[in-house]
This record gives sequence, C-alpha cells and structure tokens, in this order.
Amino acid sequence: MVSPNPAENNGGSALPSAEARALNDVVIRLAGNSQDGIQTIGGFLARLAGRSDQDVMTYMTIPSTISGGPSIFQVRMGTGDILSSGDQADFLVAFYQHSYESHLSSLRPGGVLLYDADHVKPNPDDKRFTAIAAPITSGTVEAVGGSSKDKGKNLYVLGLIARVFNLDVVKLSSLVKERFGGKTEDIVRNAMLAFDAGYAWPADNVRDCFYRFNPPTRISGRPQVTLDGNSAMTYGLIAAGVRYGSGYPITPWSSIMEMLRAELPKYGGLFVQAEDELGAVSYALGFSYSGHLAITGSSGPGLSLKMEALGWAVMAEMPLIVINVQRGGPSTGMPTNVEQSDLLQALYGSHGDAPRVVLAPRDVEDCFYIAIEAARIARAYSTPVIILTDQALSSRIEAFDEPDLPALMVDPKPDLSARPADFKPYPLDRITHHAPPGSRVGSGVYPTVTGLEHDELGHPTGSPQLHTKMTAKRREKFKTLAATLPAAEAFGDTEGDVLLVGWGSTYGPVREALARLRKDGVKAAQLHLRHLNPLPPGLEELFRRYRDIIVVEINDEGLYGYGQLATLLRARYANPAIRSLTKTDGLTFKVSEIVTGVTKRLDRATTV
Amino acid sequence: MSAPEILPPVLPATDRAPLTKKALTADHPTWCPGCGDFAVLHCYYRALEKLNYPHEKIVTMAGIGCSSRFPYFVNTHGGHYIHGRSLPFSAGVSLGRDDLHVFVFGGDGDGFSIGGNHLDHVARKNPRLTYVIMDNFVYGLTKKQTSPTSPIGFKTKTDPTGAFDQPINPMRKLVDSGATFIARSHATQVNHMTEMIMRAAQHDGFSVIEILSECVEFYPGAFDSSVPRKGGTFGLIQEKKHDGTPEDAARHDTTDEVAAYRLASEPWPGLFGVFLDKKRPTKNQLEADLIARARERTKGASDLQLLQSTFARLR
Repeated sequence: MVSPNPAENNGGSALPSAEARALNDVVIRLAGNSQDGIQTIGGFLARLAGRSDQDVMTYMTIPSTISGGPSIFQVRMGTGDILSSGDQADFLVAFYQHSYESHLSSLRPGGVLLYDADHVKPNPDDKRFTAIAAPITSGTVEAVGGSSKDKGKNLYVLGLIARVFNLDVVKLSSLVKERFGGKTEDIVRNAMLAFDAGYAWPADNVRDCFYRFNPPTRISGRPQVTLDGNSAMTYGLIAAGVRYGSGYPITPWSSIMEMLRAELPKYGGLFVQAEDELGAVSYALGFSYSGHLAITGSSGPGLSLKMEALGWAVMAEMPLIVINVQRGGPSTGMPTNVEQSDLLQALYGSHGDAPRVVLAPRDVEDCFYIAIEAARIARAYSTPVIILTDQALSSRIEAFDEPDLPALMVDPKPDLSARPADFKPYPLDRITHHAPPGSRVGSGVYPTVTGLEHDELGHPTGSPQLHTKMTAKRREKFKTLAATLPAAEAFGDTEGDVLLVGWGSTYGPVREALARLRKDGVKAAQLHLRHLNPLPPGLEELFRRYRDIIVVEINDEGLYGYGQLATLLRARYANPAIRSLTKTDGLTFKVSEIVTGVTKRLDRATTV
Repeated sequence: MSAPEILPPVLPATDRAPLTKKALTADHPTWCPGCGDFAVLHCYYRALEKLNYPHEKIVTMAGIGCSSRFPYFVNTHGGHYIHGRSLPFSAGVSLGRDDLHVFVFGGDGDGFSIGGNHLDHVARKNPRLTYVIMDNFVYGLTKKQTSPTSPIGFKTKTDPTGAFDQPINPMRKLVDSGATFIARSHATQVNHMTEMIMRAAQHDGFSVIEILSECVEFYPGAFDSSVPRKGGTFGLIQEKKHDGTPEDAARHDTTDEVAAYRLASEPWPGLFGVFLDKKRPTKNQLEADLIARARERTKGASDLQLLQSTFARLR
C-alpha cells in the first residue's frame, strides 16, 4: 500500500511482501519541462485507468510562457471514487535537477523518487524516500537510436511506470498506437522501442517498489470515457443542439473555441473567431436572434468586455450561453492558475438591473451535463446563461460513464412557425419566446427586439409604470425557474456541527475533507451548489440544521471577511452562522487545507 | 441539423400582395423636422418595394445614435442593438440564416468611432449584408460633440474652439477595409440613394454606403457644397461601360481598388456613386463550403452517430 492519500483509503491493505504490494490508489507526479511530453504519458495513464474501470483525476500546471518552461502533470488513479488529484505525491518522477528541487516537497515521506540519473543529482543524505536512479535520457537514446536524441523519454518513463505498477501493457500499447496511429510508422515504432526499454530496465534492485492495484469495484453497464473539462463542455454543447458560436482567444477558454471550430461544421454549424470579445458576443447574439441558440465564452477579462452586450441580452430577452473559464485575476492576473473570483461579476457585472442565470459544474462529467442544462434554460426562459467553470476543471482529466446520447441529444431546429395575429414579443403575462426573422406574424406587424425599455410590442417607452412592470417581468421569470429546480440537499449528517458549502471545482476536495472530518467525529455535511442564480429552494431550512456554515471557495475574503458566495448567501439568508474559508494562491484546494481551515474555525466558534 | 435546414414553405412572391410602403411603415420617426435621415428612410421603403423580398425575410438592424432609431420606423423583423456593435451582430444573423436579407443602419459615431474595429473586420470577412452609414459629421443624439468625421475647425461642445483631430476619410477607410461594394450618396438625392441601396442589396457580399445626411440642428449646411440648388456640385462617378470607346478609358473601373482609393482622395466634397464593386467569396459561401467538405468526410452520419463516434474514441 503506497497511498496515505487520504489515509482512510488504505483500510485493509495487504502487508508488504517481496511480491508486488497491493494498493487502492496512487498519486504519480511527473515533473519536467513542458516540451517533454509528460502531458502525453499522463494522458495515457488516465485513459488506461478509464479503460480499466478505475477512477482517475489529473492535475497539471502550464507555464504562461510561450514555449517551454517547467511543468508538471499529476495523475491519481486507482480503485473507488477519486475526488481530488491528491495533496501529496506517492511517486515522483523528476526529469531535471530543477524538477527534483521544486517538487521533492510534494512527495510524501516514504514515497518513491524516480529520477533521471543523467540529469539529477539528489541529496545523498536525504533518506526520507526510496530513490530509484534510472538512465532515462541515455536509456532512451540507446533504445531509439538515430537522430531522435532523447525524444521519446516520456515513453521510456511510461514503460518504467508500467513495470512498477504492474499496468496492463497490452491496453497501454494499444493506447500508444491509437495516439500515434495517424503518424508515420517510424513514430509508432520509436515510441514502442522507448516504452519497451523503460519496461525492461531492471528495477528489481529496489525490491520495495513493485505494486499492483486492487481489483476495480466499479459496477456499471456503460464503458467509461476519459477526457478533460473543456472537452466535456464542448461535447455537452453539441449534445444540447448548440451549432453556432463565436469567441476570441484567451487562456484557458481557447480550447473550447478551437474544438467548436473544428467540430461544428460536421454538424452543419459554424463558429466565428471574432475581432474581439465585444464582436464575439455580438456574433453569438446575432446567431441567437436568427433562431439558433448560440454560445460565446471567454475567461475573466473577456467576460468583462462582454458585459454591455449581456445587458442588452437581458433587456432584449435573447437566449445565449456564455462560458467563463475562470482564472486568477484581476486583469491579466494569473492566466494559467485557478480562481473562483468571477462569481459576482457573473451575477452583477452588467449595468442596470440585469438578472441572468449562473450555473457552475462540479467536476469534468458535470461540464457535459451542465452545458445541456444551460441550453435548456436559455431556450425555455429566453435568457443569457453564464456557466462558470475554471482553469482547474478546464484541463484536468477524469473518467466517467459514457453519457446516454440517444436520450440526451437535442434537435436544434429554429422555431420559424407562423406567429398568431396577437403575437407580442414582450408579453407581460408570459415568458418571452423570441420569434426569429423568417417567422411570419399574423397581424403583419413585425417585432423589433431592443435594448431600450419597451412596451409589450417592443416600442420604446419612457413610461415609469412600464419600466417597473418590465423590470419585474425580467426578474420574475427566474423565480419561476427557481421553483423548478431540485431542492437543495446536503450529503452527510442531516444536522449537526457544520455544513460545508461549495460551488464549482471544489466539489471533490470538499467531499474528501468531509469524510475526514466525520471520521474525526465532527457531525458534518456538504452542500454543493450548481445553480448560483437563481439559488435552489430549501436553503434557508437546510442552513438552520447546522451550528456552523462554512463556505469554501477559491477567492479573496474581501474587505469584510467573506468570499463571494458567502457574501451572497449572507445577504440572501441573513444567517450569521455563514462564514468563509477562502484562499488566493491560484491553486486548487488541498483536502488538508480544508480540514485544517474548517477545524480552526470550529475551534474558534466553540471557544468564543 | 444533420439534413440541410428545411425552412417552412414561403409563398412565392407572385402569390403575395406586393410589398408596399404602407406595409413597411411603422412608428412615426422621432427625428427633428428637416433631418436628412427622413429621406434615407423614404429611399429604403422605395428600394424594398422594388426588391419585393418576402416581408418576413427582411431584417432591419441598427446600433445607437439618431440614425440608429431606424428599425422602429420600419415594419420588418429588426433590432436595436448596442452602440457600435450592430455589424458583428448582423453578420451573425446573415451567417446563421443565409435566406434572410439583412440591412444595417447607423451613423458616423457608431460606424467609424466606437464600431470602427468591427467595420474593418466584418468588411474583410465579407458576409452577405448591406450597411448604410448616415454620416452627419456630428454626434446628434447626445447634442453636439465632435464626431470622427467632424472637419478640423468645427466647433462642438467637446471642441469649443474648433476640432483639431484629423477626421476619418470614410471612403478611404472602407476601401482599405476590404469591403466588396462601396458607394457614396447624399440625402438630398432621392433617386441616387434608392439606386445605391438597390445595388448594394443585390451585391453578393458586404456592401456599404455612406450617405451624407445633414443634421439640421447641430450642423446645418454641412453638405451644401454638394447640393446644386444651394450652389454646390453633385459630382457623379462615371463608371466604365466597357464599350470600347475612347472616353471609356477615362471612366472609373469599379473593380480597381487603387482607382477607388484615388477617387476617395478627391478634395471635399468629393464624388458620389459606386467606388468599388467587386467579387470575392462571401463568408456565407466559405462557411457553407467548409460544412459541405466536413459532411463529405463524415459520409452523411447523423448528429447522434457523429457524437457517439467521438465518445467511442474517448473510451
């Protein structure tokens, strides 16, 4: 058993033996440079886990430089639910001296350090780890030969890992062949030569480092798919019948845009790379106006640029999906790091009273389903819907049950039916349903959609009564929506000491932290909000059942000591038990950070 | 949308009553009496009557400004969007629905100042739509501030001693942007305006017309130098007829960008008519081709089959 990560996952482990030791899950951190292909082999490991009915979660850092620079890829794979990518690594692969120096602290004491003997000179006095010196560079050069230099050393490492963890070599080599299959035979051959050399390297001199995973416990009739959050979001949009969109490049949103540009034409749609963010939201609104629910997206600063047009979309009641892949802010901030600091911008960023729907996916699988839900809401309520995902979700890879596509696919035909003679674009007693151009109107009077305050027919008006009524119309439809949402439900103890509240990508770490807290005797539960505006029903009652309510989010505590969701919830429920656990280091929450933070707050609450 | 989009049947134009000014008229314009924009509106009605498109397939869009109130005065599907961004919005409408006839109206502030970047980029993308810029050389709705076309020396509330920033030359900007149909007209020339709107509407691509339209309130007399009854000259561009005559050599070749640029550099008040009228594949066509090629590769697979095969690769 290699993983104390978290400790309770170790229960019932096999004793160490000369044989391979059994383990539930393992955290492998690959540390090198961004051009070494560590993401590729990390991806292979994740896909292998997915194909082997295991669970998996990855974590990566990307340098915000143009090319090159240190980078890591961490894979946590194994049996049972994997909810976080792991606080500490069990197994560290260091390609360079700088990788060794920067990442040794992420390796748990007793873990395995595998390093490239050609590049790394570890501290000989450091006896905390099992160190394995492998000739990664020279072994690759020797195996592959020719002019490829050390290209392929990532696959050499994959071979080593496959040996150490007793991985399914047949499945792995078919993954490698699938990946490089489109390229020349040489590339596949060289990849396999490097892989085989790594696999064959005699690691037997270190008896302690052979492992095998406990058999998978997953029960499902469906195969697993393994992909990252931005891909899941893209395919969710396609399943939802979204065929038109527009965007502008910005990290980490761009990969959704690139995939949509490549995919949509196959489905008869199109994606426009616009001249700027304002153009992008405008193209998308033009598509929606023409009858095709459209998508635009961006990251933090780009969302700010779209805000005026979003105000128009609220006023004109035009359906639209806006994806915001949050990153560290403000301004250019930390473009390749994670933060959840755009919540209030998403809710209130526009001028005027401009309510719209805000949703947040909780994991990679949810990126797929939330896109479908966003499209359904946008169409039914004729409204912009903002999806707040984040940098961590965008690039991390998880395995999940393949979606039931025949049941989920939405036919995206625009509604060009003839409208009756009494058609009103903005009826006060009903939810607006946009009539795209091409629809005939029985009265012969055609609607003007508008950003000016208007009467039911879309004529501009300065009437104080109408502004009041129309503002209420734009607000009330979200109360109707809220009433249809499933009531808030907490996971864990039904009442007690503390309710941990989260949103977005903190779902997994909070769930893991909850398990540790409950094990320590804290009566605790988790509430994870996917609907941030409007909020689901039942929160007030739920909050009453816990002594403390701690909102865990990756943003600043602000002037008054509360993060953004905590601020909202305090304003809405006026419940003084609502408090905050926030952080602003640009990294995902470690489970231990949540456990420590919550414990500290609970202690303070009891001593005061 | 696996199969090509099937739209509800539209009655052939012959089975319908012809489109009339009465059917096209909506709210009474809110412009000041004497505003040049009234004449532009009148010519738009006339052009639409003659073009006789199915009524529900006409889209009238605008941004923000006096002239951008246009859609309220026209009974067609339409929209009043935000300041400066009506072009990318309308390009989205055109690309989303190639069966529509999209017209966009705006002023010099909307088109050349806040929306200047969009004008350049939509023009080079060449979507099928017509853009009419009603240029009055001043911000009227906000009551007399300097506009990007205000001439040097013009006194406004933001330049009380006279504007001194170099104004934009709209025709030069448009030629440079890559627009494929560019014309210039004058709000006092009703027949000329109607002809320009008709030709722009029939152009396969991005067509743009600058119409000098006087603001009687804040810049009266701005365009008198091209009004014959006020002593000015309405100088028309002589287009090449390709008739082989010696005088044809001196006429303007509307496919020649360099010649168009030269015409655009004529001293004030310049010439009127078609500066440029050339063919380049529209974005509508290029995107349709991209879809056709993608469909050819996927061999008519349904949306469901396509997404299923994607997920199969992710197993």
